[in-house]
Amino acid sequence: MNVEVDPVLCESHGQCEFAAPEVFSLDDEAVLHIDHGPVENVREAVHRAARACPTRAIRIAE
Amino acid sequence: MRIVVAGAGLAGWRAAEALRAEGFRGEIVVAGAEAHRPYDRPPLSKGLLTGATAETALALSESDTADTEVTWRLGNPVAALRGRTVVLEDGEELDFTGLVIATGSTPVIPAGLNRPPGVHVLRTLDDARALRADLTGRVLVLGAGFIGCELASTCRDLGLPVAVADPLPHPLIRVLGEDVARRVERLHRERGVRWLLGTQVVKFLGRDRVTGAVLSDGRAVRADVVVIATGVRPATGWLAGSGVDVSGGVRCDEYLRVLDESGAVVPDVVAAGDVACWTHPLLGEAVRVEHWTTAALGAAAAARTLLHGPQAPFDAVPSFWSDQCGLRIQGVGLPGRGEHVELVHGNLAGDKFVARYSTDGRHVGSVAFGLPRQLALERRRLTSA
Repeated sequence: MNVEVDPVLCESHGQCEFAAPEVFSLDDEAVLHIDHGPVENVREAVHRAARACPTRAIRIAE
Repeated sequence: MRIVVAGAGLAGWRAAEALRAEGFRGEIVVAGAEAHRPYDRPPLSKGLLTGATAETALALSESDTADTEVTWRLGNPVAALRGRTVVLEDGEELDFTGLVIATGSTPVIPAGLNRPPGVHVLRTLDDARALRADLTGRVLVLGAGFIGCELASTCRDLGLPVAVADPLPHPLIRVLGEDVARRVERLHRERGVRWLLGTQVVKFLGRDRVTGAVLSDGRAVRADVVVIATGVRPATGWLAGSGVDVSGGVRCDEYLRVLDESGAVVPDVVAAGDVACWTHPLLGEAVRVEHWTTAALGAAAAARTLLHGPQAPFDAVPSFWSDQCGLRIQGVGLPGRGEHVELVHGNLAGDKFVARYSTDGRHVGSVAFGLPRQLALERRRLTSA
């Protein structure tokens, strides 16, 4: 499972951090960081993050 | 095997996608009232009017490949539900083994108002196109909710003079409570928006073309364009006589299974999006939520319930955002229900703050201006409480 976020589309809503905090986190400047390490362990949460993203910036390749 | 998806908005499309992702290989028919394939509505009040967002960027069904193949019935709204058959407006009858009700909501027009040319509503892409083509001169917006406030902001972005009328004393007061609503009021005033609060339009002036409006306090205001943004109601008219409980929206249990008027589950029928009123497992009451995120997540949950039965209650906490006057307002929970408001970051004088709402010491919601990370933390706090 490969997770990518389009930096142009991302507007730092933070929905992904709520859905899958193991993978997605905003820093204090509201810049999004992705930790690819835990992705396989929280697959459903990552899918939920992609669904919840208002700008549809998260792309998942299985 | 045929699943009919009634409604081709965000919820309808996401339901179709989820049905395929969950392995459904039968036919999926998506029936929509509008002629367009599913598209994203939030830009209609903002970027689509300014030109910052292209229409092509709105498409939701770009992933409409063999994996999510559906049969479209567009520009042909659902007209009736009879047993296990959906009847479309043109008379076509679609028998189904499963049904997703995602017909969304439609604008409410205040009763008794005349509608001369130049008076618009804003719900659909066609509405937005018509407004964009007409948007010049002095603008009057009816309603200081999310759409009304975003429209006012957009008009200022376009350099147009704009006034907003609402019977309530402050914009967005039902959602944000008085203190934060006052902050929104000031935000817009500083941007040049004229507020006509505590009053409402009783009549439009002009016959061939709107020229203004008369307010309930007797004042008259001039306007070249009017937009009615006084809220929406769930689109349930087509369900009349079907036995489905449509009091306050399509009534569902916590799994988004549709209930009939006796409170019994209607087999193989689920609902999602604006139209659904479901028993929220965390909030402990039936809610109908008109937010984008609720539609996006609820559609997937409804699809899973339809295919696999009641396994996981739909417990997504209401979550919204609104871009106004260069600021992003985000909220979670039901802040409008809070009796006490506490500022946990920043203060109301500034542009960045987080307000936490509580009732009887219980955290019921939070609102952030320009602080998405802090709101994500508030959301976690709210759901773990």
